[in-house]
Amino acid sequence: MSTATVSGPAVGDTADRLGLRGQSLPRWMPLAVAAGAVVVSLLIYLLTPVDSEIQIVLMAALGFVIAMTALSTAVEGGRRARDRFATTLVYTAFLLAVIPLVAVLVSVIGKGAGRLDAGFFTHSMNGIGARDVGGGIYHAIIGTVEQVLLASVLAVPFGLLVAIYLVEYGRGRVSRVISFFVDVLTGLPSIIAGLFILAFWVIALDQGFSGFAGALALAVLMIPTVVRSAEEMLKLVPNELREAGYALGVPQWRTILRVVVPTALPGIVTGVMLAVARVAGETAPVLLTVFGTNLINSNPFSGEQSSLPLYIYSQAGQPQQSAVDRAWAAALVLIIIIMVLNLAARLFAGRNRLR
Amino acid sequence: MATRIDVTGLTAYYGKFKAVADVNLTIEPKNVTAFIGPSGCGKSTVLRTLNRMHEVLPGARVEGKVLLDGEDLYGAGTDPVNVRRTVGMVFQRPNPFPTMSIYENVIAGLKLNGVRKKALLDERVEESLRGANLWEEVKDRLGRPGAGLSGGQQQRLCIARAIAVEPQVLLMDEPCSALDPISTLAIEDLITKLKSSFTIVIVTHNMQQASRVSDTTAFFSLEKTGDPGRLVEFDKTSKIFTNPTEKRTEDYVSGRFG
Repeated sequence: MSTATVSGPAVGDTADRLGLRGQSLPRWMPLAVAAGAVVVSLLIYLLTPVDSEIQIVLMAALGFVIAMTALSTAVEGGRRARDRFATTLVYTAFLLAVIPLVAVLVSVIGKGAGRLDAGFFTHSMNGIGARDVGGGIYHAIIGTVEQVLLASVLAVPFGLLVAIYLVEYGRGRVSRVISFFVDVLTGLPSIIAGLFILAFWVIALDQGFSGFAGALALAVLMIPTVVRSAEEMLKLVPNELREAGYALGVPQWRTILRVVVPTALPGIVTGVMLAVARVAGETAPVLLTVFGTNLINSNPFSGEQSSLPLYIYSQAGQPQQSAVDRAWAAALVLIIIIMVLNLAARLFAGRNRLR
Repeated sequence: MATRIDVTGLTAYYGKFKAVADVNLTIEPKNVTAFIGPSGCGKSTVLRTLNRMHEVLPGARVEGKVLLDGEDLYGAGTDPVNVRRTVGMVFQRPNPFPTMSIYENVIAGLKLNGVRKKALLDERVEESLRGANLWEEVKDRLGRPGAGLSGGQQQRLCIARAIAVEPQVLLMDEPCSALDPISTLAIEDLITKLKSSFTIVIVTHNMQQASRVSDTTAFFSLEKTGDPGRLVEFDKTSKIFTNPTEKRTEDYVSGRFG
């Protein structure tokens, strides 16, 4: 048996005889290479007839990837070079994914913020002529809030019950069939949901256009989303908790109600909020069922209403700049509402997870 | 209040797979019975048939009789929910309800069954936590989440939760396998203490533990994988560990198995 020698940090610090550390590029090297790529591209931009900014950016990015990979292969070896290459790809994909989001936000804020004042929130379009500058979204906000709230009231309990059935009770063919139809419903184009309610509720049952008809169409779209997300969350609840409930002599329905659902609640709430945020921006089904109006109608059960997506759609289609400005401002309000809902969902889920 | 259990001709299935065949044994009241045997021999399955937890799994079913003081657990009209109120269970991994505080965990069984009186609940929490040797450690933080306790404390919390509904029998499915030796010792002391009021059945892989805590021991085994497990020998613990009748029992307890 050999005697083990414990070497101090100083011994073998420079030698690395076993090759455990390997050669590595200094930490500032990627930044330096990036700066170099930008400088080279800028020189090309200034000195050659290439005058497209997009081409220059692409050139800089490509130059960075090639130079970095080559340098890394030479100094650090193939495995680390591949690692750096993959890292660069991941970051590039991230940037590409963020670009549309940032671009939308910047243009909507830039074009919509100017029109946001107290009057915009407190007035409807009643009596606003084609060339008038004023007008607001009061009626549209009321419509959106009422329709989405009604849709949630219809869809959330229903979807939750379906999810509970599928996860806790469903066995065999019935649950497979239900699961299949939920999947089909998930892929249902939103305008088909609108057409269905238009044909069934508005025309066949002769109920007329109303906020409630819109809520029905939105509920059709919400149900599969709620079912799917609640189902996933309920599946995550460990079986041991259910068994712990049964072993205490608690009936199954009570175990589900008091143990399983509360455990999955943060996730379920997040799923519901995301579903709400999704339908709040739907235009097509609302267009066919709520119809739209310039007047304030706070009763969702009778008569045409407006809603934010519908308002944006109708205002953006008009030739006057004042109408287009209103559309941008309304778009900004809609984005803010949906973002606040998303943030609220995330905060709720995060707060509950900390326990 | 402790109860005697008679098992006759018990066979348990998972779907088409016969997991245990033809088990006959009698568990005396206020006694600790240990189930030992290699993995897959069906000792946990038999344990779960004693409070009808076996059938919770899809496709699982049971043949034979389990008598609790003469009443057939599998008789027509027997409500599994009532059976489980009489025969409590502690699981291998501590499973306190994550959304509930320590206090709520202990009274979960009572509260979920409709007991509302605050004074009674308070009293039962202290009684059960004292019974589970946990009171001194948690009495100042009953409102904190049960999942924040250490593994050993969580398991004692689960025991407190199980005894709070005042069952007649307490089943324990490898209650110490996820715990360190000190927590194990605490649980073993607790089992010895609980013996005075409950009939206890414990599944364990730890033969020292079986010999330390149990009065009677059942040794289960199986011929080969795919065969149903069978009860090989059932006798006083001292006899099983010093002078077993069966050769296979002797091989197993002396570590010469397989």
